[in-house]
Amino acid sequence: MKIYIELFLTFAKIGVMTFGGGMAMLPMLQREIVENKHWADEDELADYYAIGQCTPGIIAVNTATFIGNKLAGISGGLTATAGIVFPSLVIIMTLASIIAMYSHLPVVENAFAGIQVAVCVLIFNSVVKLSKSSVVDRLTALIFILVLAGSFLIDISPVFFVLAAAVVGIIAKNKEA
Amino acid sequence: MVSLLIRLFYEFFKVGLFSIGGGMATIPFLSDIGEKTGWFTASDLMNMIAVSESTPGPIGINMATYVGFTVAGVPGAIVSTAGEVAPAIIIILIIAGFLKKFRTNKYVNNAFYGLKPASTGLIGAALLVVVEEVLFPEGFPGDLSLKALILIPIIWYLSNRFKYTKGLHPICFIGICAVVGIVFQFAQ
Repeated sequence: MKIYIELFLTFAKIGVMTFGGGMAMLPMLQREIVENKHWADEDELADYYAIGQCTPGIIAVNTATFIGNKLAGISGGLTATAGIVFPSLVIIMTLASIIAMYSHLPVVENAFAGIQVAVCVLIFNSVVKLSKSSVVDRLTALIFILVLAGSFLIDISPVFFVLAAAVVGIIAKNKEA
Repeated sequence: MVSLLIRLFYEFFKVGLFSIGGGMATIPFLSDIGEKTGWFTASDLMNMIAVSESTPGPIGINMATYVGFTVAGVPGAIVSTAGEVAPAIIIILIIAGFLKKFRTNKYVNNAFYGLKPASTGLIGAALLVVVEEVLFPEGFPGDLSLKALILIPIIWYLSNRFKYTKGLHPICFIGICAVVGIVFQFAQ
């Protein structure tokens, strides 16, 4: 039982102390998982991270599941994941209730209208950053442009583009080999 | 209520299964959910993104919680978050046994060669939607918001080029924009 409590608390702590998830979470994971708890070594953590990036889902959650599973099986994986999402649940629900109460005030409306500009720029920055590692040659550039235009202009689920791109990747790379 | 929760779980299970590359990659799927169900508008979604960026925890989880809470309160928040993490948990538990093999598998790597630019393209398309929303608050081709048109390049410059502010945490730019929004009455 002790290990489950420890898994939950450690990952809840990591959840509370990181802003932004993904890469921002790595230094925190290193400190807690590798240095403090010795639940994994640097190499294992790097492996989990690499795999977290080439599996669907949130990288932080994937890493939590790996480590929890390694220490205490499937229920360990579930406990670690519950730990990492717990702070988000509490904080977001609290804030969402507060914001909903005041959202009709002009000052809040104006603030959010301004903030929406920041959101545009942040998403733009993230597209630029992601494209540096994902658009690496002609074919990936073509996939990027076709998906961008297709998804904006045609009203179909993003799932379609994801499945099509995976198939294109497998076929194109197989031909090369 | 139960059918709404099942629907939420199903929608977020899809988000968790098909979004590749972390929190930002879930935005196009959330935007699709909003359009399809009418649960929230593009403008609501942008506010949720801003709050999720400014609070602790993984952005993807924060957004799932926020959307779920908006649609169906506390049960909605829990169900959406559970739905979003479920595919990853299942996949990780399956591949945990043959981790190294999975990572070096040719087909996995080739699929991701195509998936990564597609995921980036999807976020790009979601970006066009939110830019349109900000520049034309009444819908395209309504009145162009000059305030937003001026603020966008300024924030871009501050976050990417200006040496004292570039690379700062997103929360700083969200804060700056909130103040500018209040002072210059962006909602008017």
